Amino acid sequence: MPAVSLHGITKRFPGVVANDGVDFEAAEGEVHALLGENGAGKSTLSNILTGLYRPDEGSVELYGERVEFDSPRDALNAGICMVHQHFRLVPPFTVAENVILGDTRGESGRFLVHPRHIERRVAELGERYRIAVDPRARVWQLSLGEQQRVEILKALYREAKILILDEPTAVLTPQEAESLFITLRAMAAEGRTVIFISHKLHEVTAVADRVTVLRGGKTVATVDTAESTTQSLASLMVGREVDVATRVPREITIGGPVLELAGVGATGDRGAEALHDVTMTVRSGEIVAVAGVAGNGQRELAEAITGMRPTTAGTITVDGKPLKGGDAREAIHAGVAHVPEDRLHTGVAPSLSIASNTVLKSYRGAQIAHGPLLRLSAIKERALSLITNYDVRTSGPNVPARQLSGGNLQKVVLGREFSGEPRVLIAASPTRGLDVSAIETVHRYLREGATGGMGIVLISEDLDEILALADRIVVMYEGRIVGELDAETATKDALGLLMAGVTEPVA
Amino acid sequence: MIRVERRLEQPRWLSLAVPIGSLIVAFVVMTGVLLVTGHDPATTFRRLFDSAFLGSAELNATFVSATPLLFTGLCAAVAFRMQLFNIGGEGQLYVGAIFAAAAALLVSGVPGVVAIPLMIAAGALGGALFALIPAVLRAFLKTNEIIVSLMLNYVAALVLNYLIFDSLSYWRDTSSPEAKVFPQGKPLPDAASWPLSHIGGLELPFGLLLGIVIAGVVWVLYSRTRFGFEVQVIGDSPRAATYAGMRTRRKILAVMALSGAIAGIGGASQDGDVRHLLDARGLSAAGYGYAGIVVAALARYNPFAVVLVAFLLGGIQNAGYTLQGADFPSGLVGVMQGLILFCALGGELLIRHRIRFERRRPAESVA
Repeated sequence: MPAVSLHGITKRFPGVVANDGVDFEAAEGEVHALLGENGAGKSTLSNILTGLYRPDEGSVELYGERVEFDSPRDALNAGICMVHQHFRLVPPFTVAENVILGDTRGESGRFLVHPRHIERRVAELGERYRIAVDPRARVWQLSLGEQQRVEILKALYREAKILILDEPTAVLTPQEAESLFITLRAMAAEGRTVIFISHKLHEVTAVADRVTVLRGGKTVATVDTAESTTQSLASLMVGREVDVATRVPREITIGGPVLELAGVGATGDRGAEALHDVTMTVRSGEIVAVAGVAGNGQRELAEAITGMRPTTAGTITVDGKPLKGGDAREAIHAGVAHVPEDRLHTGVAPSLSIASNTVLKSYRGAQIAHGPLLRLSAIKERALSLITNYDVRTSGPNVPARQLSGGNLQKVVLGREFSGEPRVLIAASPTRGLDVSAIETVHRYLREGATGGMGIVLISEDLDEILALADRIVVMYEGRIVGELDAETATKDALGLLMAGVTEPVA
Repeated sequence: MIRVERRLEQPRWLSLAVPIGSLIVAFVVMTGVLLVTGHDPATTFRRLFDSAFLGSAELNATFVSATPLLFTGLCAAVAFRMQLFNIGGEGQLYVGAIFAAAAALLVSGVPGVVAIPLMIAAGALGGALFALIPAVLRAFLKTNEIIVSLMLNYVAALVLNYLIFDSLSYWRDTSSPEAKVFPQGKPLPDAASWPLSHIGGLELPFGLLLGIVIAGVVWVLYSRTRFGFEVQVIGDSPRAATYAGMRTRRKILAVMALSGAIAGIGGASQDGDVRHLLDARGLSAAGYGYAGIVVAALARYNPFAVVLVAFLLGGIQNAGYTLQGADFPSGLVGVMQGLILFCALGGELLIRHRIRFERRRPAESVA
């Protein structure tokens, strides 16, 4: 008897059928992957399973019994927990407080809770599943990778019978992903059902027992991973051959240094030292990747270079001119472009139109502003040309940015950042959460940018991406640069060791 | 079963239909209240409407009650647009009135063309300076501007009372013996009386016209200028504003100063249009600053809508003054205003969400 079984699920939204007669079954004790591109209907399906949406048609059965969830609470009570791609955490609360939030069982459901007990339990779970986080840290102080751990801890704490994870490895290192897979396998061995949503083929083949592939809102197939290859899964998922993990040969003409960091230090949000004596050089025409586990200073590095965070030591030089630091406007004028990690709330003002977001940085310039007045026609023109040139799929420049899909939003951000003819581009996790086709596009723009003479700093936790794109790789660990490798010869194992802080004398 | 769902898209017509619908609902609920309290709804609404908007004398009185609401409404709307919750319009209006009265008294003897602009400038300065206190604290020390500006309202009210009732200040009338027994403000010179514009049979206070002009200026400022663009971005996402190199602190100071200046001009208009002295008791009894927050909320922070809403609420307020008596308790007008606000804020939900009625499907109805 399957633990979860969905029959003929149909869910319509205005203008789209997100799920069109989807069938899905997952057995007790298995890791079952749900594979598909963005927009294939994976999220809708998991939202139905977690009680957030009600299906228009079709039925949901758990352990052979028909259920109808009226709210997410019903699904939680039925033992279904979800780790969302966009975290459902309360930033000012501590890790432990977030873990018990909304939980009504036992200790955490009481009127008065003992924070120490919960903290101890959270710490134990963290140790046991190798996803330790300081239970007393406040969530806003954590990196995205650490926040994801909190989400997983939340489900573990609630002893979910059915765990759904939406793109859980997007912010993990290979080693962390490995250890997560061990966690997931262990949970499955304990008789739970793990539903693993992904569009990363090698992960699916590595961790899942079976895979259900969705395309265009329909079930394409359910296959045993033992009998399939990444190639066969890819063709099921996309309907054509794609590859974003192979190095694309690129004509590299490396020029003079455009970005030089000398002994840069900075403090993190908690006031602790987050960057220590960082020295690196990026030359025109090259892509330098910064690899590292989330929370090892990459975010602070990006913010220091782009002026969003003051430096406490050292100098940052762009195109030969030293920056005073701590001033985003100064960095922008010096020619530093920035694709931020949190594209929806930092990269754009989400409620404002695409047009407004197109000129988010250039509204001060003479082409857009006429004295204190804005030239609305010029803004619209610029937005239309960005939409055409970068193939942004939208109904027009007045659409609020938040209504764009992740890939289209990233095209708006990239298009805007490239339009200022920058010398340096800091790209932080530029493809996180994007589907394969959008990743291809972003990679192409980054390569074109480098070929056009920009110096690009690619901050990423995705080693496939780093190995496919970068010319040089520096590895950060605890706020320091612990090694530098040539991307042609670097291996995942060597990178993984450096990312874990294991440094060997350079041979 | 009733479900509230987030709207996937927000049609444009909603932003007009929802406020109008909210008003209708408020009147329907009010009908119930009137029936329960033994009033005939049709006659009551008729009288309310008559004494607010029908006839030129009624309209003139409505213009006078609408003017301060227009200023305090704009004061709140200007700040709320940037997610700066300036609750201090009340106090900023008092300080504006104090400054403007001082200006008028200091230059007594000069003609109106000099005195009136001076009063406007002084009122704006007073309101802006007073609003800068929460602004500076917010910009540099990250204190909550809601609490600081709210508390400063009490400070301003106490200062106002002190100047008239508890001291022999420059603003207090000390010319006659009875003025010492019944304290009141020193009368302002005639040149400091703001002119009335006559159009048809209507008398438009100068302050009302000035407020409408300011509404237009605010609209241009917020929708057509770099300044307004920055305000929009900061209001929507402070992280994005920092990322784009905007000077957030300066903008907090500027927007709060602008907001306070508008409330301060409202205070000057009270001196010049209506009261012709620093009327401590009258100003603090009226509660214009708080009513302005209601106006801004109903107008969804749109400056032109503020003009309309101020006129509407001013009319209801004016009708309340006229009608209150044995058969019409003054509380009823308060109930009416409260209902309008309540329904308008409830209606906000419908702009972002929709309500779906669906029956629980029987288990066998699988297609």
